[in-house]
Amino acid sequence: MCETCGCGDPEIVPVEVAESLLRDNDRTANHNREHFLRDSLLAVNLMGSPGCGKTALLEATAQHLAGTWNIGAFSGDLATDNDARRLAAAGIQSHAITTGSACHLDARLVHRAMHETAWQNLDLLVVENVGNLVCPAIYDLGQQVNIVALAVTEGEDKPLKYPVMFREADLVVLTKVDLLPYLDVDVAAIEDALARTMPEPRMIRVSAKTGEGLDDWLGYLKKLRVATEAVAA
Amino acid sequence: MHEYSIVQNLISRVEEEARRHDAATVHRVRVRIGELSGVENDLLLSAWRIAREHSTCASAELTIIPVPIEWICSGCHQEIPVGEVLRCPDCQLPARLACGDEIHLDEIDLEVS
Repeated sequence: MCETCGCGDPEIVPVEVAESLLRDNDRTANHNREHFLRDSLLAVNLMGSPGCGKTALLEATAQHLAGTWNIGAFSGDLATDNDARRLAAAGIQSHAITTGSACHLDARLVHRAMHETAWQNLDLLVVENVGNLVCPAIYDLGQQVNIVALAVTEGEDKPLKYPVMFREADLVVLTKVDLLPYLDVDVAAIEDALARTMPEPRMIRVSAKTGEGLDDWLGYLKKLRVATEAVAA
Repeated sequence: MHEYSIVQNLISRVEEEARRHDAATVHRVRVRIGELSGVENDLLLSAWRIAREHSTCASAELTIIPVPIEWICSGCHQEIPVGEVLRCPDCQLPARLACGDEIHLDEIDLEVS
């Protein structure tokens, strides 16, 4: 009862909470990260639009690192395990996370996948997120880096239209660069858009089809792997 | 639409506080949402209206306080306007987001009889 006047109305009690609504996700993500570091595993969150070439990039990566690195992937899709099957055919230890109607992966889904697979002996684990330029950026999964694949066919202003995603990116991989001669795309305009959305813009140009730029991409991964091992030690 | 998952988190967090304070109903919930958080306020409100049914929040209002984006130089702290290159024109250091990515639960008004 309202104690002030005794009117019988319920009393309104303000309770200050002041916390992130992603608190539980972030906690699980940190837990995942601890596991990855303990096994000195490089974990990467690969994001991008549907059809931007995430799976093709991983297939080419596996082809070039065959025999030297053990690569694993968790592939998130609303339905089908097509990507996971493509990756398995390329020699990647793959596991499909089917999200149903969810537009993104979260740390809990990744944690569950970690329980369902043997990932401890991997050198690189790629979480291939659901194809979407909005929602996946919000959820920390426990990765060391966020990588956004952007195809040259997507338009120069994609970073300006989806700033939330590009702000979270540690690296942008510009894919399908073998198509540049056939398109009216100005790569400098893409770089300018990235400079306005990423505080520390970094972009590598790659063609999974011709192999162009793959050395830069693999060099980036190798450098990260060395850094991961140093932190783990 | 991740707004629905965010609202589900919000409601379970609010219900936790309601139980702790022995409150039967929730009067109002106040959140702060940054313009660079990736959360659409209209969608968040629609999701709230659907998800609050059959919960302690059934009659509760959701107040959303939008937080504008503010980039500042990581060295001299001068503001870098949104849309500009995210590097300080004076120090050449990368910009840092001072605010605008919040997805925060601020305060809950509980009805305690």
